[in-house]
Amino acid sequence: MLDKSYYDKTDEIIEHYGRKAGSLIPIMQDIQAEYRYLPGELLTYVAKEIGITETKAYSVATFYENFSFEAKGKYVIKVCDGTACHVRKSTPVLEALWKELGLSKKKHTTDDMMFTVETVSCLGACGLAPTMMVNEEVHPSMTPEKALAVIEELRGKG
Amino acid sequence: MGFITINGKKVEFTDEKNVLTIIRKAGIDIPTLCYHSELSTFGACRLCTVEDDRGKLFASCSEEPRDGMVIYTNTDRLRKYRKLIVELLLAAHCRDCTTCVKSGECVLQNLAHRMNVYKVRFENHKEVMPVDYSSPSIIRDPNKCILCGNCVRVCSELQGIGVLGFANRGTDAVVTPGFDKKLSETDCVSCGQCRVFCPTGVLTIRTNMDEVWAALADKDTRVVAQIAPSVRVAAGDAFGLPKGTNAMGKIVAALHRMGFDEVYDTSYSADLTIMEESAEFLDRVANGGKLPLLTSCCPAWVKFVDTQFPEFKENVSTCRSPQGMFSAVIKEYYRDPAHAEGKKTVVVSIMPCTAKKMEANRPNSYTKGEKDTDIVITTTELIRMIKNFGIAFDKIEPEACDMPFGIGSGGGVIFGVTGGVTEAVLRRLAEGHDTATLEAIANCGIRGEEGIKEAVVPYNGIDVKICVASGLANARKVLEQVKSGEKEYHLIEVMACRRGCIMGGGQPIPAGPRSKAARAKGLYDADGSMVIRKPNENPLMDVFYNGYFKGKAHELLHNHE
Repeated sequence: MLDKSYYDKTDEIIEHYGRKAGSLIPIMQDIQAEYRYLPGELLTYVAKEIGITETKAYSVATFYENFSFEAKGKYVIKVCDGTACHVRKSTPVLEALWKELGLSKKKHTTDDMMFTVETVSCLGACGLAPTMMVNEEVHPSMTPEKALAVIEELRGKG
Repeated sequence: MGFITINGKKVEFTDEKNVLTIIRKAGIDIPTLCYHSELSTFGACRLCTVEDDRGKLFASCSEEPRDGMVIYTNTDRLRKYRKLIVELLLAAHCRDCTTCVKSGECVLQNLAHRMNVYKVRFENHKEVMPVDYSSPSIIRDPNKCILCGNCVRVCSELQGIGVLGFANRGTDAVVTPGFDKKLSETDCVSCGQCRVFCPTGVLTIRTNMDEVWAALADKDTRVVAQIAPSVRVAAGDAFGLPKGTNAMGKIVAALHRMGFDEVYDTSYSADLTIMEESAEFLDRVANGGKLPLLTSCCPAWVKFVDTQFPEFKENVSTCRSPQGMFSAVIKEYYRDPAHAEGKKTVVVSIMPCTAKKMEANRPNSYTKGEKDTDIVITTTELIRMIKNFGIAFDKIEPEACDMPFGIGSGGGVIFGVTGGVTEAVLRRLAEGHDTATLEAIANCGIRGEEGIKEAVVPYNGIDVKICVASGLANARKVLEQVKSGEKEYHLIEVMACRRGCIMGGGQPIPAGPRSKAARAKGLYDADGSMVIRKPNENPLMDVFYNGYFKGKAHELLHNHE
């Protein structure tokens, strides 16, 4: 059970966009922006408040890669695996990160909630391939070594 | 309006909404998996693709007819494409056909034969997903899903519940309740319409046949059956009888052969329902009770009110359903050692309905701490039992129901079709029993297959406003109008399945438009040919209220929460 403050915040977001089915996506985006993930309980709550079924809300939320039901780490690392990055060897970068952090295709977030590693299809920075993003910051021309150095630096920051 | 040329033959069309309908009317059985005339057009399966004279391909379900169109439904190219579609579907599909409950009725299996797919060239990489056995009514095996979306649309469009939906995207897409919940954890009302519309074996009936065989095998057990009205006009489907044939006598005979000790017609307790519900209705009108009175025969509808409109809970009649009443009466009768003769009694209820399985397990389906209905089987399971036993159903001579509960009125028989309960109530309330009175009731606007029907019937100085709805999406519409004050009724009859129990979730499939009409006609014909058509004129009613059961009506016939 989530703390009441979560529901209060959600109410605020729902009020902002209006209690209608069409508000679902912007509401989900704002909730995710607030908590860095979309808590399932809140999605169920939103569905009820805007008058759609829980199943429908789940359908929309799972359709988009962007929404996550799992709490994300402090640092969300997006490794680009678009065509340009892929051919310029993004896979070794991703594998190095997985190995270093003990993550995999199925496990995205470290147990200490510090790091989340996910792949994205294109960051729109193909000239900098292979590219990686840490939260809002872009890291160009990555290699496995450079990626691990970024992790070290972030660990230092805590 | 206009003409289109299909495979070189000119065909006239009028207001058909898509090319597919015209093709089928022209006598060509074009294959589909996701198209259903009662649901919105989805256009996912692409099997109905046709080719026009310029070589353009399009899905005929999603194309509006235009005058002068020239199309071909079975060119070399189309045959190749269709076969490939079926092959690809099979590639990601469980292929244990011989042990699949849907075998023989599976649209995908039939198409594979039709398209001559005798080998699948592709490897199956699908992960095996767990089967959901949580519901008492429906089993969901996602491994057999082809993502046609029929269940998703029927659940939201016809039933207004929306328990099933798509999740994920692309090759990960699945049909599931939200958050991968089990059916028992959702608002699923067990109506079984998803199972009716599922072309493959994903959604099937949770069967209880083995329990019936076990009871029949036990010599110390008296096995008593009750057969719901709608079963008699559908069971014959599986044995080559004309659609809608009233096979009640044959069913009774078959059950006797299998070893049932007593066989009864649920229309007897439908009569009891009318006696009790009419009395409750008049009482509520006279004493300012909660109105509108909502009927309580349909368990899917009762659960719908409980979960979706709890504010109307008190409007639901306290009457048990005919199934519940009959079982309680039988059990009470055999609680008397003089009647029981040392035997245990097991009540088997044979229903057109999957939700009745859920109803039998409800806490209020117990009397004196004992479960009233022991086993519920659907028409589909009855058919399988008859086949399993090896009875030549088309040849078996009809037999009559047993006594002491073997008489039901015509009013009880029409419970199976939407508007039937209301019609029976009106017969009960009407003074006369001449043909003119009965005809006037029949024609007051409550018959017919529309989803929402209204009627105003004068009774004792008030205009009784009645609404009859079938399909829970229609019921939702009605309740919302009542809630907002836009509409006002005294009595609302709801059956969860469109057209009533004749199209219930446990009935044999497929059942197209002809079956629908024939089943309704079958019940009205059965009613019309009966001597006793008014529930209150059933001689067993007097026996019930003044005989052995005197003073027990309230305990046996009503729900006590």
